[in-house]
Amino acid sequence: MVVISDIIVQGVQMLLVLLLAPLLTGYVRKIKARLVRRQGASIFQPYRDLLRLMRKEVVLADNASWLFRVTPYITFAAIWVAAALVPTFAIGLLFNWTADLIAIVALLGSARFFLALAGMDVGTSFGGIGSSREVMIAALAEPAMLLIVFCLALVAGSTQLSTVSHLLASSYVGLRVSLGMALVALFMVAIAENARIPVDNPATHLELTMVHEAMILEYSGRHLAMIEFGAFLKLLLYVSLIACVFLPWQIALYGSGTLSYAIGAGAYIIKLALAGFLLALFETATAKMRVFRVPQFLGAAFMLGLLGTLLLFVSRSF
Amino acid sequence: MHSLAFDVSHTLAGGLVLISLMMLYQDRLYSLLNVFALHALVLAFSVAWQAFIQDAPHLYVTAVIALVFKAIVIPVALHRIVKQLGIHRDIESAVGIGPTMLAGMGLVALSLVLMLRVTSDADPLAREDLAFALSVVLLGLLVMVTRRNAVSQVVGFMSLENGLVLAATGAKGMPLVVEISVAFSILIAFIVIGIFLFRIRERFDSVDVSALDDFRGERR
Repeated sequence: MVVISDIIVQGVQMLLVLLLAPLLTGYVRKIKARLVRRQGASIFQPYRDLLRLMRKEVVLADNASWLFRVTPYITFAAIWVAAALVPTFAIGLLFNWTADLIAIVALLGSARFFLALAGMDVGTSFGGIGSSREVMIAALAEPAMLLIVFCLALVAGSTQLSTVSHLLASSYVGLRVSLGMALVALFMVAIAENARIPVDNPATHLELTMVHEAMILEYSGRHLAMIEFGAFLKLLLYVSLIACVFLPWQIALYGSGTLSYAIGAGAYIIKLALAGFLLALFETATAKMRVFRVPQFLGAAFMLGLLGTLLLFVSRSF
Repeated sequence: MHSLAFDVSHTLAGGLVLISLMMLYQDRLYSLLNVFALHALVLAFSVAWQAFIQDAPHLYVTAVIALVFKAIVIPVALHRIVKQLGIHRDIESAVGIGPTMLAGMGLVALSLVLMLRVTSDADPLAREDLAFALSVVLLGLLVMVTRRNAVSQVVGFMSLENGLVLAATGAKGMPLVVEISVAFSILIAFIVIGIFLFRIRERFDSVDVSALDDFRGERR
């Protein structure tokens, strides 16, 4: 009986991330449009886009290999698994024992690896430039992300997200300057990884600035839908990661009743709305930076992570 | 268990280290001055918090001195100097920003390792303050070493002195006379440096200190 309810809760979590991901992206787009005094598309537009792309025919290049065709499904699956591991409304779920931060980073890394390979597969120059830029950003973002993971692991004594979340929700951890630095660094990494504005702008097709968009330029139809869906899920994943680690309030504990699961889900949706609003505000207020400035931006994130890790040794010095 | 007093002073002192690193990151003169003003502001808060938790009212005087002189008077004066000299351009650094930041991180790690070893049985609050103060001092020195512009070297010197004040307030029972004399010596040093800046500018038409090397006949 316990096993069945565990499976149900984990299934709800997987479906919830799948259903909410396009909504979050639509919501951020809507807020951004409203902030610059435009009407903006409906917040359900991403669902319609996905449906439309699903119905369209796939156009493949003659020299596209099998890798090009399986990559959308691999990336989508890897990102979905990673998003299912992050605790959203409850901790201690069925997949909890694998919900390791390093595993999540590795899943996202492998998704990006396949996408970069597929970008170079057809052999157009845009795919190559997109892949090389994406890999450059990833190579800089990954060490910063791992330092944030180390920082959290030193605070919580574990890289398991449920344990980290549980510990930070308790009153044991006080005000910590290291955690503040880790939060800022995680925010910067999230912006870089999700191709958001100061680093990349997927809404344009300008070859000087394209990063993510150049890489997937050859995709169409349901393949493109899978990749877009993966991108939506990735944004949701990072927002959930920030929410479950740094704002773990009202998250439901293992085995608590349906009511507390419902409260957890409500709190999670409020956190998502808040994070989406802040993201839109940030993106409207900043300008896109040059590609060659990105190493400095991510270097600052790396530095914050390293500094946070170093300062932890002082704060636990007694 | 952690106490709020420790947490707040830890946050303020850690913020001071972070702002020192931000100072290394800046490449515009005006933004460097603004970051320096922020540095002094955080220092004033930190000293005031120390005065509160140590129950030492004379430290409030130090906080007010830091707030008035370092956060307001000196940045405004430096702004005016920069405007009069007409050098509101980019800062020329001797080493690139990336290596400088890495060196800064290395210095922070070094000072933490050193202080945690040396003061292993001191009060945790004083210990943590001393470790942060040493890193602020070393980062101030790094700013002075890596910048060619004389104004940014002055800023490095001032931020170094902020680290000294942080160390002095972290240790209990530091007499007020010492702090005031340190503050005034810094003020006088600032005035002397300001005069020197104008002299360098008159003589070389630039505040780039590498002009001094040429003058001495040294080849770079």
